[in-house]
Formats: sequence, C-alpha cells, structure tokens
Amino acid sequence: MAERYFDVRRQTGFTTVAMICFFLLYLPIATLVVYAFNDNDSVAIWKGFSLRWFYSAWHNGQVIDASIRSFQIATVAAILATIAATMAALATTRTKPYRGLTVKYAFINQPLMVPEIVTAVALLVFFSRVKVWTGYSGLGYLIAAHTAFCIPFAYLPIRARLEGMDLSLETAAADLYANRWNAFRYVTLPLLWPGILAGLMLAFVISLDDVVITEFVKSGGQDTLPTYMLGQLRRIVTPEINAISTVFLLLSIAIVTIFFFVSRKRA
Amino acid sequence: MLEKPDLPAIDVKGVMKVFGTGDSAFAALNDVSVSIRENEFFTLLGPSGCGKTTLLRLIAGFDYPTSGEIRLHGEDIATLPPYKRPVNTVFQSYALFPHMTVGQNIGFGLQMLGRSKAEIEARVDEMLRLVRMEALKNRRTSQISGGQQQRVALARALAPQPKVLLLDEPLSALDYKLRKEMQIELKRLQTETGITFIFVTHDQEEALTMSDRIAVMSAGKILQVGSPWDIYDRPAERFVADFIGETNFLPATLVAMEGGKAKMRLRSGVEIAATVAEGFAPGGEATIVVRPEHAKAVKTGGDLKGQVENVVYFGTDTHIHVRLDDGERFMVRQQNSRSQSCGFEAGDAIGVQIGADAAQVLRD
Repeated sequence: MAERYFDVRRQTGFTTVAMICFFLLYLPIATLVVYAFNDNDSVAIWKGFSLRWFYSAWHNGQVIDASIRSFQIATVAAILATIAATMAALATTRTKPYRGLTVKYAFINQPLMVPEIVTAVALLVFFSRVKVWTGYSGLGYLIAAHTAFCIPFAYLPIRARLEGMDLSLETAAADLYANRWNAFRYVTLPLLWPGILAGLMLAFVISLDDVVITEFVKSGGQDTLPTYMLGQLRRIVTPEINAISTVFLLLSIAIVTIFFFVSRKRA
Repeated sequence: MLEKPDLPAIDVKGVMKVFGTGDSAFAALNDVSVSIRENEFFTLLGPSGCGKTTLLRLIAGFDYPTSGEIRLHGEDIATLPPYKRPVNTVFQSYALFPHMTVGQNIGFGLQMLGRSKAEIEARVDEMLRLVRMEALKNRRTSQISGGQQQRVALARALAPQPKVLLLDEPLSALDYKLRKEMQIELKRLQTETGITFIFVTHDQEEALTMSDRIAVMSAGKILQVGSPWDIYDRPAERFVADFIGETNFLPATLVAMEGGKAKMRLRSGVEIAATVAEGFAPGGEATIVVRPEHAKAVKTGGDLKGQVENVVYFGTDTHIHVRLDDGERFMVRQQNSRSQSCGFEAGDAIGVQIGADAAQVLRD
C-alpha cells in the first residue's frame, strides 16, 4: 500500500476526540480508585492518604462472606456455562446449514436480547414456585440463573474460534485413523482452547459482575459482592465501597491479563 | 512386492455421486468406472468441476457414493469411514496440525493406530530422512516454508504405510521452480515406497511428466484412460485432444477401413491414413487430429494449402499459424535451428505436409 487515500487518523480533530473519549471513560474510575485511599468517612472530601478502608473491608465479615459467595457462584456458573457453550458451538458449526439454524442461534443468544429485568422477574416467580415444591433454598438457584445468562458470553468466542478453524484439519485427522472422539481430543480441542479460555473468563467476569438477576433471585443471606455493595449504598456511603471496588477492579485486570498471556502463548 | 497381483489396488465400479436433491440435484460423478493397478502412479486429470476431487474424496472416505462400488484389493470400502481405510491423503492446503511439531505431525497416524512410542519414533525419523527434513523435526509447522510443509504433508501421509496414497493437487500452491523439484521428488518417493499413488491435477504437463497412466475427466465422466503417450498421441475424444497440449482438428470423410486403420479424405481431396480411436463407429463424417509438431510446413506441395497468418518465435521452436484454403486454421510447430529462420512470413503461401502416422480419428 504505497499511498492511502483515506486515513481516519488524519481527519481533523480525530486525536482530540479520541483523547476526550478515553478521558471521560476512565476519569470516574480513576476518581473511585483515588478516593479508596481517602482518610475520611466521606467519599467526597479528601483528607489524606490512608489504607484504613482496605483494612476495614478485609475485616468486614459481610464483605468476605459476599466475596466468597460471588466467587463460588462465578466459578461453578462459568464452568457449567462454558461446557454448555462449547457443546452448543460444536453443534452449530460442525453441521451442514439447515433451516432453523438461525433460530437456534437466536435461542442460544436469547439472554443477550431479552431485557435482563424481564428474565429476573421471570426467574423470581418461577424459582419461588420451585422453592415451595422442593423446599430447597440453597445457592443452586443463583448458580442456575448465572449459568443461563453466561452461556451466550461463553458461546460467542468459542464459536468464533471454531468458525475460523480450517475444517480440513479435522478431515486430515480422520484420514490419519483418528475416530471422531480422537479427532476432537487431539485436534479440535487443543486448537479450540484459546476460545474456551476466553469464553470461561468472560463468563466468570459477567457472573461476578451481575446485579439485576442476582438481586431478584437471591434468598435472604445470599448477597454477592455487587448486591452487598448496592445494599450498602442505600445506607451510609464510606470509602470502604471504593476500596472494595478497587480490589474488584484489580482482580478483573489480573484475570484479563493472565488470559491475554495464556492465549498468546497458545496461538 | 505385490500383495495380490491379480487384483487392482482400487477398483471403482459404476459410481454415481449426486449432490443436492430435486431440481438442484447435480451429478458430480456419473457412472464412473476405473481400475487402478497396484504400484502405479495414476493421475486424474481434468478442469475444475470435472469431478476428479469428488472421486478422490470418495476413495478417501470423506464422502460416500450415491451408488456404486469402490474396492480396495477386492474389498468394498465405499461405506467405511475414513479412519478405517488404509488410504492416506496429501491435502491441497496440506492441513498440517498447527499445534504440533513436524515430528508430531508425521507420527500422528501411527499414534492413532496405537503403535508403540519406540516404533513411532523410528518411523518418524525414517520418514524425515525420506523427505530430507531431518533437521526440522522439532520445528512448528508455521516456522517452515511452503515447500517444506509440502514434504511434511507427504511424510505424514506415508508414515502409516497406506495401501494407496491420494494427492489432491498438492503442488498447486508452490511456485514454478519448486513445483518442478517436487514433481521429481514425488516420482522418486513413489518408486522408493512402492505405494500406489492417485494424483489429482488440472495441469496437463504435470500429468504427462509424472504419471504411469492418466484418466482424463470432464463433466463427471472419465473420457479416456491410458498412458501419457496414449492420451497425447491417441486421444479418443475432442475434449481430450484439446485439453492436453495444442492440437489441430480437421474435418474429414471416411473412405475405407484397412487393417484397423482408416483411410480419410480431407477437404482438400487428399487422402491420408489415420489411426482410429477406441469406440469409433465408422460412418461418413469424422474429425481427425494432428499435433502441430507432426506436421511440416513446405513451400510447395503438401496435403493442405493455405496462407501464413502469423509466425511466433518460442526459442526452442516456432509456431506457424496457417489459414487453410477452406477457412480452417492449422498450426505447425517447427524445431528451430541456429543457422536459419523458419523461412515463412505472414502472408506467404504455404503447404502443410501431414507426417505419416500423424493423424488420429476421434470417436466424437
């Protein structure tokens, strides 16, 4: 490409607009992080540097409790969702196109399209019935709900990876005496790993982050970290919330970074 | 070396392959039968869409025939899945496993057959020696050149010692020089391993130089099977003659059949003897073919007369394009010499002398 006739980066004001966007995007988060270190009971007035809110959050039994629950739900839901998503992706890409395939895509991706509040109310009503019938009121409901809405998030990167894969590789495996299972195990699965990991990470973060459905489905004493924080905001707001959010943020960045390096190594 | 010398390696009998249904049904293979002998380098030659790759895929087991039989040493394999057929394929795209090293790629087939580690190791080393890639055993397939990938693909397909090796236009992605090298390499591998090779190509030159026998295909049918010499010098149909090399078609009338040969009268009135294509039904009008190098340009006399339209110099030879008096075109290829030019210029009157035994009568 010797000469480019149109380069978006050369348009007037492009850099300025981009800088403003980035600034506005990250300013609130930066403020939140800065005030996590505020040595004051108020989130708005800066008094001095302190780690006391991190200390206080660490010794707050409710925070620890909610964090553990969040991680339990996210781990189990992400794994279940990824398994289901992998199977769904295989079933929708390793087949000849047929009538109704698009409808199936829509069904799989339904949670992305239906307003979350609708699903939340539906689940609330449905699960309350189930609770009456079964008498069970454990974390199962939250895990089931999270698994359901995590599936499309896990499905999309896995399907993208499968669609980008050269089909002749699986044919070659079959030609070289690999039956269906061995072809999957030794060829498809290793090549699919980056997609599966991406799906898993995405599902995990989405589950960890969920408020609406969790708020509706949870029974008493089943707060996750986000619903606990929401509950706290209704009362007095202290920089402890900032501290928890900051840790949350660092954790998310860590997960994404680990994933980035893992997937780059494999590719 | 021959296991069952009386049976062909691959015997295709009355195979139909229809894609689609109803109005959109399309017969990719239409009642194809061919016998491929043990230990031969057999080529399926034809333009794209002629069904050659479909036939290869049916033999490999990637697809199943709509009807008909495919026998491997007498055993019908048409319904077996690919992993149960002792047949391996070299893919056009090579299809090397990107997450494995060169050595792991070559050993994959044996690993799937459940061979011992020691045996796989020994066989992989042997294969690497065979394709002269010993130094690259632990490389990733993305770290080697196209020509090297081609060799790995060959080694991988040969490692499990298949009864038949299928090659799907394996040289088409290589540049000219490398392709020439690989043609010789493939021929050497076939001789050294003694495995039956079925080679698919649309390149007539490749087919002529490499094959023991060639099957020329068009529109889902095999038109002619024969040695490169047969195919080139004794084409059965117009398509075969036209697809392979350059050729001249002349309309002629059958005068008489004499001892398996035909006496044909050209439009110029001259009568010449011609060999006859298999399946030729003697009737009035027929087409004869004459290769450009089997005719001679002469100043006076000749079987055909005309005018030089164009003279094209090619280094080794010169092509003289002639417009015959009856309006047909004819091309003569003449070997060049250093001392003199071909002696003709556009516009000159010219006679064309058809060599003895140069003409073949087509069946269509």
